[in-house]
Amino acid sequence: MKRHEILALREVDVAHGHSPVLHQVSLSVRQGEIVTLIGANGAGKSTLLMAIFGLPRVTRGEILFDGREITRVPTHRIARMGMAQVPEGRRIFPGMTVMENLVMGGAGAPVDEAVLERVCGLFPILRERSGQRAGTLSGGEQQMLAIGRALMGKPRVLLLDEPSLGLAPLMIRRIFQALRAIVAEGTTLFLVEQNANQALRLADRGYVLVNGRIVLEGGGESLLANPEVRRAYLGGH
Amino acid sequence: MSFHIFVQQVVNGLVLGSVYGLIAVGYTMVYGIIGMINFAHGDVYMIAAYLTAIFLAALTLLGVQSPPVIILLVLLLTIAVTALYGWSVERIAYRPLRHSTRLAPLISAIGMSLILQNYVRLSQGGRTQGTPTFLDGSVRLFEQGPDQFVQITHAQILIVVMAVLGMGVLWYLMQATAMGRACRAVQQDRIMASLLGVDGDRVISLVFVLGASMAAVAGTLVTFNYGSFDFFIGFVTGIKAFTAAVLGGIGSLPGAMLGGLVLGLSESIFSGLVNTDYKDVFAFSLLVLVLIFRPSGLLGRPEVEKV
Repeated sequence: MKRHEILALREVDVAHGHSPVLHQVSLSVRQGEIVTLIGANGAGKSTLLMAIFGLPRVTRGEILFDGREITRVPTHRIARMGMAQVPEGRRIFPGMTVMENLVMGGAGAPVDEAVLERVCGLFPILRERSGQRAGTLSGGEQQMLAIGRALMGKPRVLLLDEPSLGLAPLMIRRIFQALRAIVAEGTTLFLVEQNANQALRLADRGYVLVNGRIVLEGGGESLLANPEVRRAYLGGH
Repeated sequence: MSFHIFVQQVVNGLVLGSVYGLIAVGYTMVYGIIGMINFAHGDVYMIAAYLTAIFLAALTLLGVQSPPVIILLVLLLTIAVTALYGWSVERIAYRPLRHSTRLAPLISAIGMSLILQNYVRLSQGGRTQGTPTFLDGSVRLFEQGPDQFVQITHAQILIVVMAVLGMGVLWYLMQATAMGRACRAVQQDRIMASLLGVDGDRVISLVFVLGASMAAVAGTLVTFNYGSFDFFIGFVTGIKAFTAAVLGGIGSLPGAMLGGLVLGLSESIFSGLVNTDYKDVFAFSLLVLVLIFRPSGLLGRPEVEKV
């Protein structure tokens, strides 16, 4: 049975001002899947994630969430439709406490204790540090907070931009373990990564972005075995 | 300077500082959230003074006589209408320029300030206006003779009490409610807040409404206290309140309150110790000194480059 397509980009063009960044990008994510987008620095991965939320707006093509076109929907409305994003650089609110950051993830709704419980179960450090200013957390803890915050809105689809960036190997392993647990609970994952090895091992399917175009797509394992991908993104071994 | 004069100047300074603080809050909140100086804010305060006189007259005509009822009604009505002015200023003059260069809304703000001044001059006349003395009772402290006392008017007491109350309510709104949390989130990272479902435009409107409300409290209380105003009072008071906001650290709410008090007290004590003519020179020199040694103001956090 083909699973329900929850997020789709159809022939999307995106530009920063007058310089084009993405060309004719089409991709789809089905419910319950882990899909990854890999590519070199500057290929347009982060731009693609932000464009799904309308920042910036696509110049051509359309974006569908759960069958509904969201190409022109205001960013804050998209966020309330059941899609969350952990953007590049995590962007936690440094001047707020850890708990306040988590509450912000609930989009103004009263805190759902069950969800908070689950997030703190996933990242126990967040409960320990709940009264501390988020800016004082370590990089790995901030990443956990950013993911936890995104989960507070009970998203059906979670978009993640390089969750492993700048983290120690042990921390990367813990983050990826948490991502597996999140998927096991039924959340769909769209993961942008430079760390292609980790990402492709986790993912059901992957896309390869080069200079703003999708050049390859396939199952996670098959991309991992693809000699071109190995040479370009996995250091050739 | 005698003890009595000194204490009197401290009292006057606290009152003046409360007024500066109430207005400074509007500058600092708007700056914190959209990074621009709302030069029309002083004129919103001026509008509040006129509204106070209008509502006072209307209530008197309607035969309302109990002072507490009048104070409360005039305050509430003035806050409501002034807040509407604040909201409109943002919608008309700043929102359409949200995505243009940084200078455009600044110029638009100066334009808005001129429009408000001249709109009031045309509709209310250019002469200084006055309200009948209202709340003219006073208390005397440390009385030791015919000229030896410290006088505090009831209106002055009301100003300080209302300023403390207003700041308290604002502080509570910002720190303990979902609305305030959304404001702080937008202030720290507007894009991230929108990714979490916060409507930035609504939050910005709210900040203008809150700022105008605080200016309305100041405008009403000052009118109760002095009873006279003209269409130009927003300019000097606005510049002073803006100075207070910068002094305290622009963007910081407690900074605006502290900056207001420091400015009010130093101006008033300088007037008593040296002379009145140079009090503005002293106030602005103080600002220059603070900015030399603490460029981000008394309570402002130094600008950190985002990585």
